[in-house]
Amino acid sequence: MRFHLVFAFFSKISLYDCLGTYEVFVHLLLGFINASRTTYNAIDMIKLQIPTEKIGDVPLDNHMLLAAGILGTTAASLSRMLFLGAGGVVTKSIGPEPKNGHHGPSLIPISGGILNSMGLPNPSQEFTDEIAPLLAVSKSVVISIFGGTPEEFAKVAEWFPNASAFELNLSCPHADGYGSAIGTNPRIVRECTEAVKVFDKPVWVKITPNVTDIGVIGRAAEIGGADAIVAINTIRAMRISTGMRCPVLGNKFGGLSGTAVFSIAIRAVYDLYEACSLPIIGCGGVSTADNVLEMMMAGASAVEIGSAVYENINVFSDISKDLYDANGIPAAEIVGCAHD
Amino acid sequence: MIEEHMPMVVTITKVLYETPTIKTIVFDELFNSRPGQFCMVWVPGVDEIPMAFSAANAITVMRVGDATAALSTLKEGDKIGIRGPFGNGFFTTGKVLAIGGGIGVTPLFTLATNGGIDTFLFGARTAKELVFADELSDVTDLRIATDDGTMGHHGFVTDILDQIDATEYDTICTCGPEMMMKGILDRLVVKGIESRGQFSLHRYMKCGVGVCGSCCMDYEGLRVCRDGPVFTGDILKNSEFANYYRDSSGRKE
Repeated sequence: MRFHLVFAFFSKISLYDCLGTYEVFVHLLLGFINASRTTYNAIDMIKLQIPTEKIGDVPLDNHMLLAAGILGTTAASLSRMLFLGAGGVVTKSIGPEPKNGHHGPSLIPISGGILNSMGLPNPSQEFTDEIAPLLAVSKSVVISIFGGTPEEFAKVAEWFPNASAFELNLSCPHADGYGSAIGTNPRIVRECTEAVKVFDKPVWVKITPNVTDIGVIGRAAEIGGADAIVAINTIRAMRISTGMRCPVLGNKFGGLSGTAVFSIAIRAVYDLYEACSLPIIGCGGVSTADNVLEMMMAGASAVEIGSAVYENINVFSDISKDLYDANGIPAAEIVGCAHD
Repeated sequence: MIEEHMPMVVTITKVLYETPTIKTIVFDELFNSRPGQFCMVWVPGVDEIPMAFSAANAITVMRVGDATAALSTLKEGDKIGIRGPFGNGFFTTGKVLAIGGGIGVTPLFTLATNGGIDTFLFGARTAKELVFADELSDVTDLRIATDDGTMGHHGFVTDILDQIDATEYDTICTCGPEMMMKGILDRLVVKGIESRGQFSLHRYMKCGVGVCGSCCMDYEGLRVCRDGPVFTGDILKNSEFANYYRDSSGRKE
């Protein structure tokens, strides 16, 4: 509104008075537009309060968690990310047996995102010793787990009685028999959720966008007793080395993350907000405070951040500076506000 | 916005037989790297592994696993992929001492050929594994130790370190087996000059760009690929260094 008034005012002057001093006028006009924009942003950029309530039944220092699979193999690196401003952390996905992962290349930065096919490398039960010191001092450590059956999910969950919560990886797109290989089946999603819910911990279910209707998968997690839905995991993708004439990833295909998938993640979160009544943790391409707000408007109660760490390991504290203010509004005021 | 970093595909122009177990692979592209930085070398169908550059257009390979074995069989005209350079590299000031062990000599060799090293202590199991020794003797004050006594001092390179005054040097760069570097760190700590020591570490790596976490070290969670691979002794003395490392699954060894 302010912008338009300024523009109209100067447009009128230009017509009647400034024909001979056009350049000066343009200079002045641009100056006013810029000044008016700055004021507009400073007044209207939404600022949030630090969360006081649990989100998905997990206490978080802010609305941003480190996403699973990023710097999540050691307690030390997860602890470092909490120190660097993450409101909570999700570990590397832990499975029923140790896995070395796929042969490399397993992660390639590509224009606007990251293509990876790690192949769920994990130390399995040895991770209990690894993560114990961190679980003893933080209540915001979500243990990501995977399995090929509900029984395997339960087996892994039982190893972590001190977990703040579990995140079920039913969405990794590049591991045979795990992740999205079973996470596209609503019945299996429900059964895996039920199998882990018996441990009386918050259960978050991370679901795949590689389906026709993500709402169906979200509802399956909800019926299974999930406390939150995390969306999205990476999107099946491939790149070919033209010099080598073969796929660049050792596993041939993998999953795409980063800014390139942000629009898809927004759409998925929006769909889930319509389909389910659980809290949603938005994940996929978030790298700025405005991205966090957009995710929330689509329906997310919190976000996870992963690929943005590649360019800036301080991404959490940098976003916090832009996102929070002592006079900010509760996030609840904007969560889902983009819906009719 | 993340920029595209697909592997650069290079063609091998020459294979040099340095020793019975070590080959230098020369390719047709130049990479502008700082000594101590590394690249990820892709052998299609096999794996991708971190390696030091031994020149702007070369890597030097010792056969230790599947990927290095595959690299060792490559010939002129074959293609490999290179991502990088990655990591921090060495930052030297003043008078520089380098201590290299075995194939760990490679990043120090590029530092030496840039004229960055005054004194070079070089250890290997046997004389035949002293790769680059001739070139090093041209540009540095080279002292050699071999485990079997086939050349130079009969014993460890740390024995030679005990014979010189390390406090005369402003920067002490080292790369080699971790137990050798541990011996060096212990000696620098005794003299109170561990912060002058720059240690190039090797850890299992998958991504090479600081994202996946497979090379993170205790207790600070530092990423060897991105925060390193070169760390000063004051950082390493209270770390997992020389105690354990993690394998490709993340299990401690």
